[in-house]
Amino acid sequence: MSTAAVRPLKTAAENALAEQFTSAKGRLNGNLAAREEAFGVVADGLPSRRVEEWKYTDLRALMRDALPLAELPTVGEINSVREQMAEHAVDSARIVFVNGSLIEGVSDLGSLPAGVEAVSIARAYAENHPLIARSGEAPIPPDNAAVALNTAFVSDGVVLRVAAGTKVERPLHLVFVQQGNGHAAYTRVVVVVEAGAQVEIIETHSGEGSHQTNTVVELVADDNADVTMVKLQAESLGTQHLATFGAKLGAEVKLKTVNIARGAAMARQQMFLTFAGDSTNAELHGISLSGGRRHLDTTMFVDHAAYGCESRETFKSVLDGESRSVFQGKILVRQNAQKTDGRMMMRALMLSEGSEADMKPELEIYADDVQCAHGATCAALDDEHLFYLRARGIPKMEAEAILVEAFVGEVLEAVDNEPLREKLAIITNEWLRTRD
Amino acid sequence: MLSIKNLHARIEDNGQEIIKGLDLEIPAGQVHAIMGPNGSGKSTLSYVLAGKPDYEVTEGSVELNGEDLLELEADERAAKGVFLAFQYPLEIPGVGTMTFLKAALNAQRRTRGEPEMQTPDFMKMVRQHAGDLGINQDMLKRALNVGFSGGEKKRAEILQMSLLQPKLGILDETDSGLDIDALKVVSEGVNRLRGGDRSFLVITHYQRLLNYIKPDVVHVMSKGRIVRSGGPELALELEANGYAEYGEAA
Repeated sequence: MSTAAVRPLKTAAENALAEQFTSAKGRLNGNLAAREEAFGVVADGLPSRRVEEWKYTDLRALMRDALPLAELPTVGEINSVREQMAEHAVDSARIVFVNGSLIEGVSDLGSLPAGVEAVSIARAYAENHPLIARSGEAPIPPDNAAVALNTAFVSDGVVLRVAAGTKVERPLHLVFVQQGNGHAAYTRVVVVVEAGAQVEIIETHSGEGSHQTNTVVELVADDNADVTMVKLQAESLGTQHLATFGAKLGAEVKLKTVNIARGAAMARQQMFLTFAGDSTNAELHGISLSGGRRHLDTTMFVDHAAYGCESRETFKSVLDGESRSVFQGKILVRQNAQKTDGRMMMRALMLSEGSEADMKPELEIYADDVQCAHGATCAALDDEHLFYLRARGIPKMEAEAILVEAFVGEVLEAVDNEPLREKLAIITNEWLRTRD
Repeated sequence: MLSIKNLHARIEDNGQEIIKGLDLEIPAGQVHAIMGPNGSGKSTLSYVLAGKPDYEVTEGSVELNGEDLLELEADERAAKGVFLAFQYPLEIPGVGTMTFLKAALNAQRRTRGEPEMQTPDFMKMVRQHAGDLGINQDMLKRALNVGFSGGEKKRAEILQMSLLQPKLGILDETDSGLDIDALKVVSEGVNRLRGGDRSFLVITHYQRLLNYIKPDVVHVMSKGRIVRSGGPELALELEANGYAEYGEAA
């Protein structure tokens, strides 16, 4: 598709995106044709609620403007992030991105655990580095607007390879920090976990100012790999965060993901999972905490395309104020995916009258020997439970906090890394005090 | 100690009046029993005293040591020393028993402006009281009341009361669902707490409990009011004659 085919765009954001793409494409690395093709997906406009996948998260309406692409961070900004890093309690090997750029000086690239290789995406694109070869294997749908924007604008990120058979003891921590104000940062992470390797990857998003962040994480897990991914989305409350996770799982893989969404004005976490090998097990967990007028979306597609795989999805949202949470989850069981065992549960706990939870669980099954279940619940706190706690002298806010912690506790329990779990519990507890 | 004057209370949802002009005085250090037929409003009275939001007081006053209780939220009343042992203690999944006990104790201390209790002292105190009530460590490790038998739940209520050391203990049908051995353990737990200025309001349908927790005064409640008061012998009379003359169930 050529840029000449782009029709006049309607919203300010759509106009700005087109201008940005025209001016930026010359200086972005990588395959320009791929970028142009990707931009073509959104050239006619961003998806609105008339597009089924975006019905509850109307990107066209929510994205009022397209912020300019982030510049390289200043020395001051980098130093500020360096200081923040010193406070991190969880032991890990860090790869740090400031305003979307990988900053080697703050990262532990030189002291990565044995068997782990990393190269920045910017470099991988520029040099057509061999590590980038397996990008594209994970099921990242190119016609998805968030993915298309990422492919069109991605400026940096990292490719990680965990060599076959390596058991990585120390977690790898992808740290995304936004400094300054009013930019857009597009990053991509490609993780290849080779056969029999084991790794834990922590991904955190935080910062100051109001931004637009867009990340794509591609995971390729070869046979017998054991992968844990824990993500904390704690963007500043003015930020719009679009994130896509795609995973291709080989045979007898173990995957566990835990997503905690605590920040951002608007966030959408997309998850695409393909069971490509037999007897694989995946557990996907999530918590979203929203208040004010924030909007948090989790959209998931689990594709059972192999024999005897097991998937468990447990997502919980807690809502206050006039916030909104969206959970769309679909499990597809293909005809050859006999003995699939898939269970998806979504629960919303609403602390206010004005909040809204939209839940859409879907099952599509073509195999005849499977076990699948899904459920969705939506409730307020139990008044009887609250009274019982208050009758023992526990004030209302604290009683509510105790009950909410019990509600999300099941998901936090899924985090095996104890210092990390404690940190996430503290973050939940802090949210309960502000409920913002 | 507790002074209730002309109390009227109704169910907030449907406006049905349950307590219809109730008067009751419990002096410091005394144990008063309220007996009465089903539907006479006994449990409602306990909820109204504890501050359950489902009820609305339309008239009258309730004072604890001269302080207006009706103005206070349930948790504030608890901090002032009101403790309700529930007829049906709630099961709360995901909330650890110890976490809950510590939160309750320290919340009350904070409300009263006292320093919080530190974990080692707290653990020691819980272990001692739990031992007295035959509550084992395994129960304390579970989620609050989850999977507890009826007797275990009642013992856990008395454990909470022992730790929180209230000024006024309200026991709502604490004997219901207890076999004779559990009844003894629970009663002994209550009796250990008697003494000094601490008062109790013991609500029960049957006289049996009062063999173990000897009341100073027995009241008969019917149709939302106290209709008769007397000594412990009144309980025996009710046991012999039933509630027929007070009108069984409205």
